[in-house]
Amino acid sequence: MRAVLELAGRHRLRAWEALPWAAALAAFFVFPNHLAFGTQLLITVLFALSLDLVLGYAGIVTLGHAAFFGAGAYTVGMLAQHLGWNEPLSSLAAAALVAGAIGLASGLVLLRTHGLTLLMLTLCTMALLEEAANMGARYTGGFDGMPGLGFQPLLGIFPFDVLFFRSQYLYALAVLFACFVVVRVLVYSPFGQSLTGIRENLLRMHAVGAPVRARLVLAYAISAALAGVAGGLFTQANAFVNLAVLGLDRAAGVLIILILGGYGRLYGAFVGALAYLLLEHALAKAYPTAWQLGLGLALMAVALYARNGILGIAASLHRRLGGRRAA
Amino acid sequence: MDVASVLLGGFAAGMVLFIVSVGLSVTLGLMGFVNLAHGGFAMLGGYAIALSMREWGLPFPAALALGFASVAALSVVLERLLYARLYRASELDQVLFTIGLAFVMIASVTLAVGPETQTLVLPEWLRGQADLGFIKYRSYSVAVIVAGVVLALALWLGFERTRYGARIRAAVDNRRMAESLGVDVQRLFTVTFAIGSGLAAVGGGIGAEILGLDPQYPLRYLAYFLIVVAVGGLGRVTGVFFSALLIGVLDFVLKIYFPKGGAMFIYALTLALLLWRPQGLFGKRTA
Repeated sequence: MRAVLELAGRHRLRAWEALPWAAALAAFFVFPNHLAFGTQLLITVLFALSLDLVLGYAGIVTLGHAAFFGAGAYTVGMLAQHLGWNEPLSSLAAAALVAGAIGLASGLVLLRTHGLTLLMLTLCTMALLEEAANMGARYTGGFDGMPGLGFQPLLGIFPFDVLFFRSQYLYALAVLFACFVVVRVLVYSPFGQSLTGIRENLLRMHAVGAPVRARLVLAYAISAALAGVAGGLFTQANAFVNLAVLGLDRAAGVLIILILGGYGRLYGAFVGALAYLLLEHALAKAYPTAWQLGLGLALMAVALYARNGILGIAASLHRRLGGRRAA
Repeated sequence: MDVASVLLGGFAAGMVLFIVSVGLSVTLGLMGFVNLAHGGFAMLGGYAIALSMREWGLPFPAALALGFASVAALSVVLERLLYARLYRASELDQVLFTIGLAFVMIASVTLAVGPETQTLVLPEWLRGQADLGFIKYRSYSVAVIVAGVVLALALWLGFERTRYGARIRAAVDNRRMAESLGVDVQRLFTVTFAIGSGLAAVGGGIGAEILGLDPQYPLRYLAYFLIVVAVGGLGRVTGVFFSALLIGVLDFVLKIYFPKGGAMFIYALTLALLLWRPQGLFGKRTA
C-alpha cells in the first residue's frame, strides 16, 4: 500500500524542490563577482537536464548528445553572423527548432538499435556534424569558429553581452527554469511514465501495445531541442562559438556530470554540474598541471562507491534514516 | 604515390589498429564491460616501450616484451581490485569508472614524463627501405605488417583451435550456458583482459611511429578503436582484423587524397554499415 501511495504521489511538489532555485537566486546577490561562472553552470545544468530526459528516463545511452548542443550553438551563431538575426529570445527558439529537427531525423534512423551499436551511431552522428562544421568554413568559420558576435538587448531593455553578467545570469536562470518546468511536467505525465516503462521492461511495453519507437523518437527530439537551447545560450553568453561545442569532450563531459549527480532524478543535473564544475575549477586553480588526476580519481570513487551518483547516496542515506522511523 | 605503396601504408596503420583493438573486442564480447580506458593501456605500453629503449637502451624486441608484461601485470591488478567490482553495475557506472581511469592515466603520464610527443628510436635493421621485389618501401611499415599478420594468425589459431579459445567463444555466445557447463568465465575474463591489455601495449609501442604517442592518446583514438570493434562485431578476432584493415586503409588513403574531409567519410561509412548490420560486419546476428 505504501509503495502505491509513493508511486501515486511522486509527482507532487516537495518543499526541498524550492531549494536549488532559492540557492540560484541567493547566489546572484552573494557572489556578484562569480556570475560568469554561474551562467556557465546554469547552461551546463540545462544541457545535463536535457540528457537526463533521454538517458535517465527513456534509458537511451548516447555518447553524442553534444551534437544537439552544438547545433543550437551554431544556429544562434550563424543567424547572428550572417543574417543579423541577433534578438536573443527568438534566436533561442530557432536553436531549439533546428536541434529538435536534427534530433527527430536522427532519432528516426538511429533508435532502431541499442547497446554499443547505438552508442557508436550517436557518436558518429556527432562526429559527422563536427566535420561538417569544420569543413563549411564559409558558413561556420571552420576551425576558428565565429568570435565577437553581438546580440540585441534582452526584451529591448537589458543590454546583453559578455560584460553584463547580471542580466545574463538572470536570463539563463529564467530559461533554465522554463525548460525545467517542461521536463518535470513531461516526466510525470503518462508520456513520461511510458518512457520509464520502456526503460524498465521493453518487452512488456511492446506486449501491452505501447508505441515504443514513436515514444523514444519523440523523447529524443524534445531532449535534442532542449540541448539546442542550452547551446544557444552558450553562444549568447560567450559571444563566440567554435568546434569545441560539438566534440567528444563535451559529450563525455555532460554524461559524466549526469552520472555523477544521479540520472533519472531531475535534480541530478543540478548536483552533478555544481560538483563537477566546482571540482574542475578548484583543482585547475590549485594544481594547474595535475587537475585531471584528482578529477579522474573522484570519478572512479563515485563509480565504485556511490552507485547512482551523489543523489543516489543521499537517497539511500535518507532511506536508511527514514526507514527506521517508518518501520 | 602509387597504389601499392598507399595500400602498404594503409595496411600498416590497420595492423596497429588491430593489435590495439582486438583485446577490447574480446573483453566487450565476454563481459559486456565498456572499457573506455583501453586506449590508456595502449598509451602506457607505448611509453614503457619508447622510454625503456631510449633511457635504458633496451633492444626493440626486449622492450616490446617488457611493455607487454608490465601492462598485462598492471591490468590484472586493476581488474581484480577495481574492474571486478563493477561487473554487475550498470553500463553507465562502468563508463564513469573507465573514463575516470583514463583521466588518471593521462594525468599520471603528463606528470611523470611530460606533455610532449614521444618518439620511438628505431633499431638500425628497421630503418631505411626494404626491397620487396615489386616495390621499395619503408622497412618499418613492412615489419609492422608482417608482425600484424603473424599475430592475427596466432590469435586466430588460439581462438579457433585451442580449448581455451573454444571456452572464450562459448562464453561470448552464451555466457550463462557456458557457466552452467563449468567454464569459469570470471577467470577466463581475467586472463583475456591481461592478454588484451598487453597486446594493446604492444600496439601502442609499435604504432607510436604511425599514430603518434602523447598523453592525449587514449581519448584521441577512442572513437577509432570503438569503431573498429563495432564494425568488426563483438568478440570476433577475424572480424576485428578485417574491420581494422578496412578502417586503416580507408583512413590512410583519405588522409592523402582528401586531407580535410577524410574523417567525415569514415564516420559516414560506419554509420551506414552499422545501420545495415547493427551487430557488425562479422558479428553474429542475435534474435
